[in-house]
Amino acid sequence: MSALVRYLPLLLLAAAWELAARLGLVSTLALPPLSDVVAAWVDMIRSGELIGNGASSLWRAGVGLLLAIAVGAALGIAMAWWRPVNALLGPLVEMFYPMPKSALIPVTVLWLGFGDGSKVLLIFLGCMLPVTIGAFNGARGSDQALVWSARSMGASRLRMLWDVVVPSALPEMLNGIRTALALSFILLVSSELIVAREGLGYLIGFLGANGTYDAMFAVVLTVAFVGFAADRAYQALVQRVLLWRE
Amino acid sequence: MQLRDSLAGGSQIVVECVNHLYRPPSGRPVLALEDVSLEVRPREFLALLGPSGCGKSTLLYLIGGFLPIETGKILLEGQPIAGPGPDRGIVFQHFALFPWKSVRANVLYGLERMGLPREERERRAQGFIDLVGLTGFEDSYPSQLSGGMKQRTAIARTLAIDPKILLMDEPFGALDAQTRHLMQSELLAIWRRSPKTVIFVTHDVQEAVYLADRVAVMSARPGRIKTIVDIRLDKSDPGIAKTKAYIDTVDAVWNLVRDEAIKAQEARA
Repeated sequence: MSALVRYLPLLLLAAAWELAARLGLVSTLALPPLSDVVAAWVDMIRSGELIGNGASSLWRAGVGLLLAIAVGAALGIAMAWWRPVNALLGPLVEMFYPMPKSALIPVTVLWLGFGDGSKVLLIFLGCMLPVTIGAFNGARGSDQALVWSARSMGASRLRMLWDVVVPSALPEMLNGIRTALALSFILLVSSELIVAREGLGYLIGFLGANGTYDAMFAVVLTVAFVGFAADRAYQALVQRVLLWRE
Repeated sequence: MQLRDSLAGGSQIVVECVNHLYRPPSGRPVLALEDVSLEVRPREFLALLGPSGCGKSTLLYLIGGFLPIETGKILLEGQPIAGPGPDRGIVFQHFALFPWKSVRANVLYGLERMGLPREERERRAQGFIDLVGLTGFEDSYPSQLSGGMKQRTAIARTLAIDPKILLMDEPFGALDAQTRHLMQSELLAIWRRSPKTVIFVTHDVQEAVYLADRVAVMSARPGRIKTIVDIRLDKSDPGIAKTKAYIDTVDAVWNLVRDEAIKAQEARA
C-alpha cells in the first residue's frame, strides 16, 4: 500500500503520457503512446533482441565496475596508508577525477576496438576514482585507538590493515561505489550509442535512426528501470553490510 | 644503580631519561615529556596522575610501543621495547571496540591472533564475558551497549589475551559517576584475583588513590614525574572511601597535584 502511494506520481506520469499521445496533444512521432511502447517492449522480449543486447550491456558494466571496485579500493587504501603511494598517485587522482570520462570514448575505441574491451576499459577508468576517493577518505578516518588495539592484540601490520582499516573505510567506500554504479550506466549507454554493434545503447541509437520510436522508447525505459533496480538492490545490500551501525 | 635494580628483577619496566616531542599537524612542536624516569614493579598497580596535557597518556603509549622512543630508553624485562605486542594489553578511554564486531567477536579477536584452537578460544572468550558481567550480550554490537558495558567489553577483550602488563588510558573517564565507581571496585576485584602489572592513567586523584599501590604524580608542560607516592591502605576494606587514612591520602596527593593543575590551566588560558 505504502509502495503504491510512493510510486503514485509515476503512475500519474504514465497516465499523462498515454493521454497526451492519444489525445493528440503531442505528436506521436515525438512521443508514441505508452501502450505502443509497452507492446514494442513485449515484442522485443519475445524476439530476444532486448535480452541479448541487455546481457551484453550488463556484462560490460559488471566487469568494468568490478574491476573499478577492486582496483579503486586497493588504490585508495594504499594511498591512505603509505605516504609514497599518496605522493605518487594523489596528484594524478586529483587531476583525473573531475575530467568527464565520456571524453575517453574515442580513446578506448582507438585502443581496444568496437567490442566489449573498449566499453569495459571505459567503465573501469570512469568508475574507479569515486571508489578510490571513498576508500581513501574512509581509511584516513580510521580510529588510531582501533589500529593500536589490533596491533597490541598481536595483529601484524598487514593483518591490521585488513581487520581495521578496510572495515573503517567501508562506509565511505560503499558511498563511492554507489556513485560508480550510476556512472557505469551513463558511460555504458553513451559509449554504446557512439560506437558499438550490440548493447542497449546501440539498440537505442539503431531504433532511433530507423524511426521505430515506440521500440526506442521501450529500450530507454528498460535502461532507466535497470539503473533504478540496480541502485535499489545496491542500497539494500549496503544496509545489510552496515548492519552494525545504529 | 637503576640498571642493577632492574637486572636484579626488582623492576619489570624501566623508563630511563625519556623525552618526547609532540609534533602537531600544524603549529610548533611541544615537549610532551622531559627527562622521565620511572620503574614499574611486577604485579603492582601504578597510577600515572596529572592534569590533562601533562603527557601521561604519551608515556603510556611509549610503553605500549605505539609511539617511537626518540631519546632515552624503555626496557621491558631488560629488553628495549620494539613496537606493540600482546604482552602489553591496552584499554582506552573511548573503548576502541571494533564497531563492526559483536561483543563475542571483539573478545575473540586477540585469541584468534594467538592461534588458539577454536574450542579453547570460545571457552576463554565466554569466561571473560561472564567475568565482566556481560553474559547474554554476546551477540550485541558496541553501538547497542551503554558506556559501562562497552568498557567492560574492552576490558574482557584485553584480559582474554592474558597480557603481563595492563595499560589503562583513563579507562573510566568517559563513564558517568555511578558506573565509574562500580567499575573501579570491579577492576580492583579482578586485579586482586589475578594480579598483573597495571599502569593506570588518570587525572582523578580519588581514583588514583583508591586503585593504586603507587601514584606517580606528573607535572605539566613539559611532563615530568614530580614525585611518587606510596599508598598504604587496606584495599580489601569495602568502606575504605570513608576512612580517615584514605581521606588524608587523597588530601595529600591532591595538594601535590593542585599546583600543576593550576599551572596547566594558566597555560591553556
